[in-house]
Amino acid sequence: MSVKLLYFSWIRERLDRTDETVELPQTVLTVGDLLNWQKTRGEEFENVFQHDKVVRVAINQEHVDDRGVKIEGAHEIAFFPPMTGG
Amino acid sequence: MTITPDIRIQAEDFSIEAEVKKLTEDHFDIGAVVTFSGLCRDEGGTLNALELEHYPAMAETEIRRIAETAIKRWSLQGITAIHRYGKIAPGENIVLVIAASPHRQAAFDGANFLMDFLKTRAPFWKKEHGKDGTIGNWVDAKDADDDALKRWE
Repeated sequence: MSVKLLYFSWIRERLDRTDETVELPQTVLTVGDLLNWQKTRGEEFENVFQHDKVVRVAINQEHVDDRGVKIEGAHEIAFFPPMTGG
Repeated sequence: MTITPDIRIQAEDFSIEAEVKKLTEDHFDIGAVVTFSGLCRDEGGTLNALELEHYPAMAETEIRRIAETAIKRWSLQGITAIHRYGKIAPGENIVLVIAASPHRQAAFDGANFLMDFLKTRAPFWKKEHGKDGTIGNWVDAKDADDDALKRWE
């Protein structure tokens, strides 16, 4: 499955990219799987994604609070730290 | 009648007076208007500016979702929410929320609810630019902001 990934705030800076399109392995089915897969993509990814609880996820511009949610049908998945607007 | 919230994400400043007028003009059933505006602090004189990053495709949708919940829950007659992005200097506006209802309590609660959820659910992030030239401190999220949501359960 091909999907667009977006990064914001210090996660974007640490990974040195705003977005990328990746081909996900077939074993990556849920948000939890995706976070684990990200950890395998090099040192910076491992550093960022080891803080599982800090990294927030949105699928198709909607918050996903449950790591068991399936990513099937997602065209855009965003990763970001807790929000500090307002 | 369905009330549609007026949600805007913009770099430009806004006028509180003009926005209140826009929301209330020709609506003679409105009895209460609560406005909240959030400004950039100078953090004891050390801050030169805040830089607000956002997720454009999601920011408006998410605030609209929260505003629609508030309209339903307190039977509000209108909501305006404006959030700025980009570089903002101390003293400048960051965010505006206006809630209108027949009586004051619903307008107070609606505006309060919207701000609480906006702080923790709207995809915006603040970065500090210091007076000493330092750039790069991302503002930490506060546990108190998460705790504030619980009172609306």
